[in-house]
Amino acid sequence: MAEKEKREKIPRQPMPEQDPKERGKNFNEVPYGYTPELAQREAKRCLQCKKPKCIEGCPVGVKIPEFIEMVAEGNFIAAAKKVKEDNSLPAICGRVCPQEVQCEVLCVLGKKEEPVAIGRLERFVADYERAQGVVELPEIPPPTGKRVAAVGSGPAGLTLAGDLVKLGHQVTIFEALHKPGGVLVYGIPEFRLPKAIVEAEVDYLKRMGVEIKYNYVIGKILTVDELFEMGYDAVFLGVGAGLPVFMNIPGENLCGIYSANEYLTRSNLMKAYLFPEYDTPIARGRNVAVIGGGNVAMDSARTALRLGADNVYIVYRRSKTELPARAEEVHHAEEEGIQFKFLTNPVRFIENEDGWVVGMECIQMELGEPDDSGRRRPVPIEGSNFTMDMDLVVIAVGTGANPVITSTVPNLELNKRGYIVADPETGKTSREGIYAGGDIVTGAATVILAMGAGRQSSTAIHECLISKG
Amino acid sequence: MFKILKKREMADSTVCHFNVEAPLIAKKARPGQFVVLRPNETGERIPLTMAGTDPERGTIDIIFQVVGKTTALLRTFREGDYILDVIGPLGRPTHLEKLGTVICVGGGTGIAVLYPITKALKEIGNHVISIIGARTKDLLILEEEMGNASNELFITTDDGSYGRHGFVTDAMKDLLEERKDVKLVVGIGPVPMMKFVCKTSEPYGVKTMVSLNAIMVDATGMCGACRATVGGKTQFCCVDGPEFDGHQVDFDELMKRQAAYLKEEKVSYELFLKEHGQ
Repeated sequence: MAEKEKREKIPRQPMPEQDPKERGKNFNEVPYGYTPELAQREAKRCLQCKKPKCIEGCPVGVKIPEFIEMVAEGNFIAAAKKVKEDNSLPAICGRVCPQEVQCEVLCVLGKKEEPVAIGRLERFVADYERAQGVVELPEIPPPTGKRVAAVGSGPAGLTLAGDLVKLGHQVTIFEALHKPGGVLVYGIPEFRLPKAIVEAEVDYLKRMGVEIKYNYVIGKILTVDELFEMGYDAVFLGVGAGLPVFMNIPGENLCGIYSANEYLTRSNLMKAYLFPEYDTPIARGRNVAVIGGGNVAMDSARTALRLGADNVYIVYRRSKTELPARAEEVHHAEEEGIQFKFLTNPVRFIENEDGWVVGMECIQMELGEPDDSGRRRPVPIEGSNFTMDMDLVVIAVGTGANPVITSTVPNLELNKRGYIVADPETGKTSREGIYAGGDIVTGAATVILAMGAGRQSSTAIHECLISKG
Repeated sequence: MFKILKKREMADSTVCHFNVEAPLIAKKARPGQFVVLRPNETGERIPLTMAGTDPERGTIDIIFQVVGKTTALLRTFREGDYILDVIGPLGRPTHLEKLGTVICVGGGTGIAVLYPITKALKEIGNHVISIIGARTKDLLILEEEMGNASNELFITTDDGSYGRHGFVTDAMKDLLEERKDVKLVVGIGPVPMMKFVCKTSEPYGVKTMVSLNAIMVDATGMCGACRATVGGKTQFCCVDGPEFDGHQVDFDELMKRQAAYLKEEKVSYELFLKEHGQ
């Protein structure tokens, strides 16, 4: 008892990070991560609950108290291996999971004070293992002779592939782009998730035996039915949402107006922030408006700042309380000087003679009755229109379902918004042998939910393949 | 990695033709579809419509004009070299139908895009009249191929150095005046040319298809870089096109969007020329 009380007296250890003023000028990762000392100190806070609640909050069921105990004892490599029993991408999850609404929200310490920083510890052990250069492979059972195709190398597909190769199945991932990772490489910026980390975690999967084919736009170069003809026993569709939503207001096709997908893909995947060393250009605005209030909007705004903007605005039609972005992302954005224009909605964009955006007309909003989402509905205040000078606009109001693949799979049941209908427990679709998970089923969600879906489908596929003998 | 099997320079070395090993794409591609290329690790992704495919040999043909850094870089590639990424086939294939008399109008490197479409239109039994044009004789490409792919071929040059003196639209207007049985015009070339092809055909009420060469990034419908206004609605050239009813296209918007990165393209190209001692 005395031991526990002592543990509880340690406050939650902050993670050292780059100074906000400095980091606004570079694309280096914002947090530096824990040192071994900080990690051990933080790990000692864990109460080692007999019935740990935190695990229930983890979509892939990482054995949280076990690995944290190992960190507390200084067995960092063992801790990394423990995490990897359930999560093949710990360095990624430690950075981009919304722990505050998953594992950490359930931590009993959180009732009285702050929860254990599970995400930071996960990140630490994965980084520690990689830095030591001793990323050992788990034992792979003899081949089962079964072949699985995963379409899309995002978090869902990577998780599924890792799970299934560990069970002895042969897995091929078909990726449409030229690099693996899906949203992890085209969407999430370097300063939040260094691409070297994605590469290292993908490399780990490749060393385990996962095969990745790039530049394969399934639905175009091969159909899903052709994959079955080629001998795959099951196909998993984890292609992401992949269709930008625009606002359908006048002037939206002006130069200098990007979808967040385009803006982030140019900067992240194509490395336009390193132009002209890299050939892909990106427009650099002085006054930038990012429309929307989610994580993608925060990523876009912080990217614009790093590309040299004087003023970056988040323009959001509801109020701060309704911001869908993670609190940590909003906090980082505020610290860096991103300006928030709440209860504001653009109604049209204004152009110059060259067809470039120079401003936008907005209308002030107020919050009315709650809508279907449970949030209070923003209602325009008539006559409150005003204009803002802008030379770059990024539209980050969400995504839809890209039909390139779904339209080429006969009898695949879709919902009315074009997403694939799949069993939430197994990812089974209306077509035998076809499974689906991640954003193409749920609509835009998080990396870890996609990973959870990959995990569920891998379990279901494994059971099916084994039962067929 | 995609091997360049054959290379030839055309049109006074301003245009380059690669025959590239890409068996799966060659098997799947249909006329009107395009590929995206990324020459090397630091390169950008550019869309190029295929000028032909050979499913038996497993090759595709691409023809491009050297207009900036990426195409200049590609021109330095030799037979046996590899293009890092080739993605395709992308976009919707051309809608092919036996209609009767069809006019195919091509300008500049647009002729390369037009060629497989022309061939396919003739093969299914249309009477194909082609008009191809260039600024001057030396810049004209694929004359022989277009001649073989068409029932009749007309040539124009802006300076009168070869064929008829004038624009492709001049020859096209005369044809539309003469023949009342034209069911379709396919116009592919620089945006101003396509705009005037559409303006020329409009009074005659002849349906006119154009192929829009918008700026693209992923080219699978994910980013929206290639959006164009067609019939008052936003369309993505990569997945909804690249071919559209030209009478519905907002060409002025397309021209402005195509010019969006002129400044950066210049920086890139000048850097390239300096690095290559030119």
